[in-house]
Parts: sequence; C-alpha cells; structure tokens
Amino acid sequence: MATHIAYRELGNRSAFWTLFLLAGVFVAAGLVAHVVMEHHGHVITGMDNRIVWGLPHVFAVFLIVAASGALNVASTASVFGKTIYKPLAPLSGLVSLCLLAGGLAVLVLDLGRSDRMIVAATQYNFKSIFAWNIFLYTGFYAVVGVYLWMMLEKRFNKYSSAVGTAAFIWRLVLTTGTGSIFGFLIAREAYQSAIMAPMFIAYSLAYGTAIYLIVLMIACRIEARPLGDEVLRRLKNLTATFVAASLYFCAAHHLTNLYFTRNHAVEAFILVDGGSITQSFWLGQVLIGGVLPLAFLLAPGVTRCRILAACMAIVFGGLCQMYVTIIGGQAWPMDLFPGYSATSSFADGVIQQYSPGLWEILLAFSGLAIAALLMVVALRVLRILPERLDDAPQEVPLGDAPQEVPLGDASRDPAQHPR
Amino acid sequence: MIQRLLYCLVLLLAFLAPPAAAEVPKPAVAIANPGQCVAPADVMRRSHMDMLKHQRDRTLRQGERGAKYSLNACIECHASKDSGSVLGGKENFCEGCHSYVAIKLDCFECHQPKAMKTAGARP
Amino acid sequence: MSKRGSDTGMSVGAGPDSGRRAFLGTGVGIAAATGVLAIAPGIGLIEIAQARPAGELASSKVRWGLLIDSRRCKSECQACAKACAKENAVEPGSGRPSQNSQWLRKIDLKDKVTGREVSLPMMCQHCAKPPCVDVCPTGASMQRADGIVLVDRHICIGCRYCIMACPYQARSFVHEPLHAQNPEVPRGQGCVEGCTLCVHRVDKGQQPACVQACQDSGGGAMLFGDLNDPTSDIALRIASVASSQVRADLRLNPAVRYQGI
Repeated sequence: MATHIAYRELGNRSAFWTLFLLAGVFVAAGLVAHVVMEHHGHVITGMDNRIVWGLPHVFAVFLIVAASGALNVASTASVFGKTIYKPLAPLSGLVSLCLLAGGLAVLVLDLGRSDRMIVAATQYNFKSIFAWNIFLYTGFYAVVGVYLWMMLEKRFNKYSSAVGTAAFIWRLVLTTGTGSIFGFLIAREAYQSAIMAPMFIAYSLAYGTAIYLIVLMIACRIEARPLGDEVLRRLKNLTATFVAASLYFCAAHHLTNLYFTRNHAVEAFILVDGGSITQSFWLGQVLIGGVLPLAFLLAPGVTRCRILAACMAIVFGGLCQMYVTIIGGQAWPMDLFPGYSATSSFADGVIQQYSPGLWEILLAFSGLAIAALLMVVALRVLRILPERLDDAPQEVPLGDAPQEVPLGDASRDPAQHPR
Repeated sequence: MIQRLLYCLVLLLAFLAPPAAAEVPKPAVAIANPGQCVAPADVMRRSHMDMLKHQRDRTLRQGERGAKYSLNACIECHASKDSGSVLGGKENFCEGCHSYVAIKLDCFECHQPKAMKTAGARP
Repeated sequence: MSKRGSDTGMSVGAGPDSGRRAFLGTGVGIAAATGVLAIAPGIGLIEIAQARPAGELASSKVRWGLLIDSRRCKSECQACAKACAKENAVEPGSGRPSQNSQWLRKIDLKDKVTGREVSLPMMCQHCAKPPCVDVCPTGASMQRADGIVLVDRHICIGCRYCIMACPYQARSFVHEPLHAQNPEVPRGQGCVEGCTLCVHRVDKGQQPACVQACQDSGGGAMLFGDLNDPTSDIALRIASVASSQVRADLRLNPAVRYQGI
C-alpha cells in the first residue's frame, strides 16, 4: 500500500460539462414540477387519500437508504482497518452525502407545505420517528462532513478511524430510523414489523455499495485513472454478500407473514395477484435486483462490464423494492373490521390503483439528478478521487481500457490477494 | 477572485432591485364596520401578528373560546364594505397593507377571508 | 334514544350576529349562548354539552365521545355524511373522487361467513392514544384536553405520515386550494384534516352536526356526550349495553363506540 495517496479533481472538462448539463436538466425539471405541484396542489398527481406517498417517496426513501450504505467503503477502511479501501474512503463519504441530499430534497419538495420547512426545523414531537430522523439526517451530515475532513486533511488523518466509527454507528441508527418509519405503522399489514429496521439496513448496504461502485467505475473510466482488479474483486464480493443478505431478510419477512393466517391476504396480494406490485416484486426486486446481480457478480470470469451491469440491476431492483414496500403497502386496504367485507365511498376494502402523473415522475427522478449533480460538481472542485487506484504500488497499472479483462481469481496468484 | 464575485453579486442585486419605491401609494382601505378595535391602531399595526399567533394556539390547542383576540373578529370588522372580504385588492384591509409592505399572508390559505354573513356561516 | 332538550336553546345564541358581538364586546356571543342555556333549566341540561364560558380552557375532566348503534343505521341513509360535509364545507374538488376529503363516511359491512349486513358511519375515532399524534413530526396532530384529536394546521407541513399511521383511514389530505371554508372551520391546501368532532359546535354547547342530523332524520343511531361524566346519557348507556371499539386489539381506546358489530 502506498503511504501517500495523491487525490486530484476531475480533469475531463467535456465529460464534466456533459454530466453537469444532463443532471442539471433533470434537476430543473424536478424544480419546475415542484412549483407546479405547490401551485395546483397534489390534485395534479396520481396520489390520493389512500396512496398518500407516491413515486417521490419511492425515490426519496431509496436515496436516503442508499446514502447510508454508500458509506460502507469508508467504514470498511476506517472501522475494520482494511487499508486497501483507504484511498476509496473519501469518495464513499461524498457519495453518501450527495445521495442523502437528493433523497431529502425530494422528500421536502413533495410535502404539502414545503414552504413551512422552518416549522419542521423548529418544532419537534419526540415520540415521532420522523422527528428523530430529522436529527439523524442532519447529524449524519455533520458526522460524515467531519469524517471527510479528517480523511482529507493529512494532519487529522489519525482521527479518521475514531470519527469513522462514529459515522458507522450513526448510519446504522439512521437506517434503523428509516426502516422504523414503516415498522412503526401499527395498522398496516404490510409493515408493522421490527424486521423493517434490519431489513432496511441490509437493503442500504446493497444499494449504497452498488451506487458507489457505479460512481467509482464511471469516474475512473472518464478520467482514465487506473482502477485495480483486486479492489474491484473485493468490492463486488462485498456487494454480492449484501445482495444475498437483502434477499434473506426479504424472505424471512414474507415467510413470517405467510405463517400468520391473518396476513395471508396481503401476502397473496404482493406475491401472487397484485398486478404491477407483484411484477415489481418478482421481476424487479427478486430477479433483476437479487438473482441477476448475484449471478453476474459471483459467476466465474466476471468482467467490469458485468460488475457495472450488476450494480445497475441492484439500483433498479432497489427502486422496485421501494415501490413494492411503499405503494404496495398503501394499496392494500386496512382491515378495520376483521371478518367483514367492507364497501364505502372512501375506498374501504378496495385495492387502490396508483398511476403516477408526469409531475411526480419528474420530481422523483430529480432526486437521482440532484445527487448526481452534487457528485459531479464536488468531484470537479474537491480532491476526492485518487490519482490511481492500482492494487499495489509495485504493480503495473492496467492502462486506460481495462473493461473486458476477466477478474477471475484464476488470472491472479491467490496467495498475493488473500480473501 | 472573491472581489470579482462580490462585484458581480452587487451588480446582479442592483438589476433585481425594483425601481425606487417612493411612488407606491399607501393602501386606502374601506372597511365594513369602523369603530373601536381591541387595541390602539399603532399597537395593532406593530403587534397584531403576535396577538393572533398567541391566540391561535390557545384557541386551537387549548380550546379557549370568546377570547379578546380572534381572527374571525378581525374579519368581521375589517372586511371590505363591497366584497365582504379582507382579501382581493388594494382596498381590502389585510391584502392592501400586506402587499404594500410585501409580507406574505399565510392565514387565508386555510381561514375564510370573508365575514361570517358573506361567507354563509352556519348558525 | 331521544336527546332531551339537546338543542333547544343552543342555536339561538349563535346566529350570524353573535360573531359580530364577539368582536365588539369580546366574547359576548358565547356568553349569550350560555345565557340561553340557563333560561331552560328544566330540560335535562346535565347530559348535553354546555358552552364553555369565554376564556375557559378545555378540561381533561371531560372526554367527548360517541355511541353509534349500527342496528339503527340504514345503509341507504347518508344524513350524517351529508351534514358533516355541509357543516365543515367539505366539498368535492376538481380531481378524482379518491382525492376528495371525507371526514365522515358510511361503511357497509358484510360478514364473510354469515352474510349479515351492517352499515355504520366511520370517522376519526378520537383515540385516547392516537397513533397520528405519535407519528406527527411537528406536533401538528394533537389531542385537546377533552380528548378531541385535531390537526393544528398552523404547523402541519403536509407530510401525510399521520394518514399512514391512522388505523381507521379517517384522515384526508387537501389536494388543492380551497375558497369556500366555513369561517369557523379553517382548512386548506397541503394540510391533513379529519373529523374535529365539530369542535366549534361542541364548544358552543351544540352537538356534532352528524349526531344532530341523525336525530333530525329520525335515525337516532348516534349519541354524543361526556364519557367521563357517569351521569351522562352516553356513559349510562355504555355501562349497561354491549358496545365495542373498532380495532380494539390495538388498545388505542377510541372515544367512538359501536353497538351491533
């Protein structure tokens, strides 16, 4: 391991401006959508009194959950002392903060009264997990901000491990809080479970690491900075582990529900006859977001292209998972009178349909764009990305176009890179 | 660099600022029921928002009724003779003054700006 | 189920004029309502809501509640829902029906095994331990001392978490700008709202609009009163006949009880 890591801003001007403008267009579209929604009210969206949280929440919660997971690489370096990840750690903190900003922006812009943010910042009900999350999110900024500072300022490097541990604990608590938003809903059959918190942590690890890898690979590619095979091999194995953990929690959640007769109906809705919800679950969350990435990441002869594809599949699967969790959980009617079938003018006993409108779609996607825009700008002006990420200083860099080089262990000496 | 940025900022602000405001006429309001208010005019001008804010919490959260200060009571007196509302234009009590001083008025996002009679209050 | 003298004098003091007197003489209107009450002492004033004197705060000695007899509630009758919408000016908006607010709705139930059918009004159950109050980040969802659960729209940010948390689907989100509010019932775009138990009427000594309408239409399925007062009609009734709370398994202790389900 090199004792001195040189970091440099992004140098590729044209790539920077392309990405900046691309993300900028989506951000602008999202802001316009917000203004239109604020002016007309949510009447112009696909949301209603049953599906009160729509597509913006799907994207916002996804980004917030992924933000906490994106800190993984830094935690692995600082908390678990894996020196190979050290040069990668600052980027990890940055991606994390940018994702959180994107998620929170969408969450805030979708409020009925976004103009009252000052109220949300000054009045608290401490029994509300939402109120706690406000502190957890802002605290996350502070902790990760300090953490980044400690990592980037050479004089303070010695504190980065301690602050990193604090950030690690903080982000576990944060995702517990996010999962508990759903876990604490007593009357919704699809939620109301303590497993929501650890399940969200597993999800966050998978989504965050996947997004981190996407950013890292794209940044190194457009900057033509060397990225070592060994680093990638470890990161893709880490990602695969998290995907497997996500699938495990998901299975445990549904199996528990299936054991309780009273939950059979809601499980049948999500797993069998829920239409778009069922498709999102099996095709999106399980197949594309779970099985496919596992196969891509773990099958022998893995290439960089496949790693990138796997990570993108995880992101897509993650959005599908949030759709199933958030929309599916609301679409299913609450059972006010067990044993009775109910009808009313207020959709009692009815599985509610949801089709997002243009404005909320724009607002939702702007969350990803805000995160991307912040990342691009930050990488352009801050020295976050290392100049080279070869596996070891003595090794010869792989060169500029290493995509199709197989990363299988067979091509390397296993003794040199113990797992 | 910073000097240049500041210079740009000042220029930008100069462009954005409206032309000299000396010519904006003071609002001339005509209200339905002139008479004795709950406090002298200068006190009301300075503190009406505090009175209302304090009272709104007591009324809504603690259930105090018939208090000295009340938004509905404001509206009953100060609604316009013609439209029966405190909103609508420069001659309307709340909007006239608030648009003159350029302060956003949030009350009537939820509250009815018309006096009871005009709004068709339920007995 | 007659409500002895329930509304005889009350509406007299609260005409359009009383508001004006209130702003001039600060509180005379309310005092007048109380005065009218006192004129007719012989007709069972104990059980009904008494107008609270001006300046007096809601008290935790009182807990307002409802008893709804579903056996007397007809499926085709919408008197309570209509009265609620009229009283609170909850009108259909320009969007889809599912975006319209409904503070009170009629639910028709059918026993899945026996086929027995029941109809009943469903609204905010004014829980003693309301989940909406627990989850609200700003404290906008709140409970008055007398048990009425309200949304403080002054600090509601429109996050809709309370709608997610309510087990009774009793809350609505205002999806567009409003202009035709009842001056006594403020409500507006971007905030969550729900049944207030007609708090503006109750504080004047009147019954909620739905209860009044149910009585006037001859239904007689709804009884309003103070659950904490052992001599009140409602307390006597629930002490002697079988009644149940909806989702009693959640232990929220709603102030609305039902007979016949």
